[in-house]
Amino acid sequence: MNLFSIAWKSLRQRWLASSLTSLSVSLGVALMVAILIVNGVVDQMFSQTGSGYSIIVGARGSRTQLIMSTIYRMDRPIENLPWRYFEEWKEHKWVERAVPMNLGDTTQEGGFPIVGTTPEYFLIPPIPDQPFRMKVEGDDKFNSTWDAVIGSQVARKNGWEIGSEFQMVHSGGEGHIHDEKFTVKGILAPTGTPNDRTVFVHIDGFFALDGHDKPVEEAIERELKFYPSESRADIEKRYAADLADIRAHAEEEASGGGHDHHHHHAVSDLQKEVTAVLVTLKNDDYGIRAQSLEAEINEGIQAQAARPTDVMGRLMINLVGNVKDAFLVLTGLIILVSGIGIFVSIYNSMADRKKEIAIMRALGARRQTVMLIILSESLLLCMLGAVIGLLLGHGLVFFGSPIIEQRAGLLIDPYSYNPWEFIVVPIMIAMSALIGILPGLTAYSTDVAEGLQS
Amino acid sequence: MSLLLRDVKKSYREPGGGRLPVLNVKEYSLKAGEQAALLGQSGGGKTTLLNVISGIATPDSGDIVVDGVNLAKLPEPARDRFRAERIGIVFQTFHLLPAFSAFENVLLGMSFSGRANRGYARELLERVGLKERLNHKPGQLSVGEQQRVSVARALANHPKLMLADEPTASVDMANQNVILDLLRDTCREHGVSLLLVTHSPEVAGLFDRVDQLSDFNQPE
Ligand SMILES: Nc1ncnc2c1ncn2[C@@H]1O[C@H](COP(=O)(O)OP(=O)(O)OP(=O)(O)O)[C@@H](O)[C@H]1O
Ligand SMILES: [Mg+2]
Repeated sequence: MNLFSIAWKSLRQRWLASSLTSLSVSLGVALMVAILIVNGVVDQMFSQTGSGYSIIVGARGSRTQLIMSTIYRMDRPIENLPWRYFEEWKEHKWVERAVPMNLGDTTQEGGFPIVGTTPEYFLIPPIPDQPFRMKVEGDDKFNSTWDAVIGSQVARKNGWEIGSEFQMVHSGGEGHIHDEKFTVKGILAPTGTPNDRTVFVHIDGFFALDGHDKPVEEAIERELKFYPSESRADIEKRYAADLADIRAHAEEEASGGGHDHHHHHAVSDLQKEVTAVLVTLKNDDYGIRAQSLEAEINEGIQAQAARPTDVMGRLMINLVGNVKDAFLVLTGLIILVSGIGIFVSIYNSMADRKKEIAIMRALGARRQTVMLIILSESLLLCMLGAVIGLLLGHGLVFFGSPIIEQRAGLLIDPYSYNPWEFIVVPIMIAMSALIGILPGLTAYSTDVAEGLQS
Repeated sequence: MSLLLRDVKKSYREPGGGRLPVLNVKEYSLKAGEQAALLGQSGGGKTTLLNVISGIATPDSGDIVVDGVNLAKLPEPARDRFRAERIGIVFQTFHLLPAFSAFENVLLGMSFSGRANRGYARELLERVGLKERLNHKPGQLSVGEQQRVSVARALANHPKLMLADEPTASVDMANQNVILDLLRDTCREHGVSLLLVTHSPEVAGLFDRVDQLSDFNQPE
C-alpha cells in the first residue's frame, strides 16, 4: 500500500469530517473559478472594445455613460445631436471616418440592443487589427432602408438567419412596437465584443420609423440652441428645400384623405438626429489629435467627446479593477478560512491518531513516512476540495451565465474557463503543505512505546 | 537469527517523579532458529523486554544484538528499517489499525519493508481461518479473530525474529492450536527465532525451552 492509499483510508474512516472540510475548500475554489471567469469576461470586454475609434462624440452628459451606451450598449443613451453636427464632423480635415450611431430601441425577441447606422460602421475594426467579418452574407448586405445585420449571439439566441424578419420595440414608451419589419441581410462572425449581441439596422430605416424623426418645430428650436450665432431665419433658409417638402407633404396628406401609415417619405435632414458619432482620425498614431479634439469639444457647449481607450481604461482601473480586487481578496479569504478548517480538523484528529501512528511506527514505518502520510491526507483533502470546487464553479458558471446575461448584459460562454484557474493546483499544494506541517511534525515526533500504550 | 542481550537496563519515569526499574538483564540469548516460551508474573516486564528487543522502546543502557547487529547502537532510521524487514511482532493488545480491513492490516505488515505481497497476505489469513473475513474492519471482528489477524500480520514480512506477546490469550482451544502451530511451524521452516510470552503452563509445555523472566531479570 502506498502512502496515498494509507492516507485515503484514514480519511475515509473519518468521512464526515473529511467531506465537510473538503466541501469548505471546494466552496472557496468554486467561488474563485466563477469570479475568475466573470473577471475574464469583464476584462476582455473593458480592455478590447472600442479602441477602434479615436473619439466618440455625443450629447453633453457623463462621458462614462456615453461610452457605456455606445460601446457596451449597457446604459441608456444620453440625448441626441442634430444631423447637421454629424455632417460637420464628416467634413473635418482630421477625420478619416465619422459614423453615425442611433441607439435606444431593442428587438422584440430577446431584447437585444438595436443600433441604427450606415454600412461604414463595419469598416472600422471593433478591436484594432481585427476587422469585422461576415459569417453569412446576404446578396445585398446592408445597403437599403430595411436591411439589418446581426451579431453572432443574436443569430444563435434568436435562431435568426438570412431573410429573417423582425420588429423593434421603441425606447422610452410602454414598449410600443414599431410596425415596420427589418430583414436580416448579414450575420457577423463572433468578435468577442458587445457587437455580438447587437442588431444593426440601416440608418434610413431607423429614421423612417414612427417617432424617430424629430417634429419640425422642436428641430428648429434645437438648432437655434445648438448654433447660437444663427437666427431662425438663417436656419429656415438653410433648410428651405426641406421645409417646403414637408409643407407640401402635409398639405397633400390633409387633402388626399386617409393617412397611409406604411408610406414612407424621405426624412429631412432637419428632422434627423444621431445619438453619437464614432470618429477615426487620420495620421494620429500617438493620439495627440484625438486628445486635442476631445479637449476642444469638451470646452464648447454643443457636445461632449470621449476617447474610448481613456474612459475604458479609467473604468477598468477605478470600477472594474476595484470590484475585481475585492472579489479576489474575498475568495482568498474564503480559501484561507477553509484552509484553517482543514487544519483544525486534521490537528484535532491527531490526538486520536497517536496510537495509529505508533502502530505504523512499530510495524517499521519511519518518522518521515508517518509525517508524509499526514501530509498526504492534507494534500488529498485540499485537492479533493479543489476538484469538486472546479466542477462546482463551472456548474455555477454554466447555470448562472444565462441569468447574468439577462441581468447585466454580460455575455458569458457557459463552457468558458480561465487559464488562471489552474493556479489552484499550486495554491492547494502550498496550502496543504502549510496545513499538514504541524500535524505532520506531531506524527513525526510521536513516541512509539508511549503511543502504543495510549 | 540469533538474539543476545547484555547488561540491558530499562526503567520508567514514575508519575510521582522517581524512576521505576523494570529490566536489568545481565545476559540472555537465543540461538538462530531457537524457540523459547517466556513465563513471568503480570507486571514483571515481559512486554517491556519485547519492546526493547524490537527497538520500539530504547533501553537505558546495554546491548541488544540481533543477528550480529547491535540495535542499541543503531541510529533510529536504521533500527526502524531493521524492524520492518526482520522482526515480527504479535502484540499483547493486537494493535490493529481500525481504518483498515483485516487484509489491509496484514498488507501493512509488509508495506513498510517495501515488499507487499497480496497473495501471501491472503494465504496467511486463510491459514488462521479468516478466509471469510478478509474485508472486515477490526471493529467488525471478534476479539479472537483480531488476535489471529495480528498473528498473520506478524508473519507477513518474513521476519527472522518473532516476538509474540501472549498470542493465544484470547482464543479458544482449537484456535490456540492453529495459532501455535502456524507460528512454530513457520518459524521452524524458515529458521526464525521465536520468543513467545505466555501465562499458560499448557502452552509453555509445548516448548523445549521455557524461561522464567525472574531468573535472568533482577531490577532492584
Ligand atoms: N509507560 C510506563 N510508565 C511507567 N511505568 C510503566 C510504563 N509501562 C509499563 N510500566 C510498568 O512497568 C512494569 C512492566 O510492565 P510490562 O507491561 O512490561 O509488564 P508485563 O510483564 O508485560 O505484564 P503483563 O503480563 O500484565 O502484560 C509494570 O509494573 C508497569 O506498571
Ligand atoms: Mg505484557
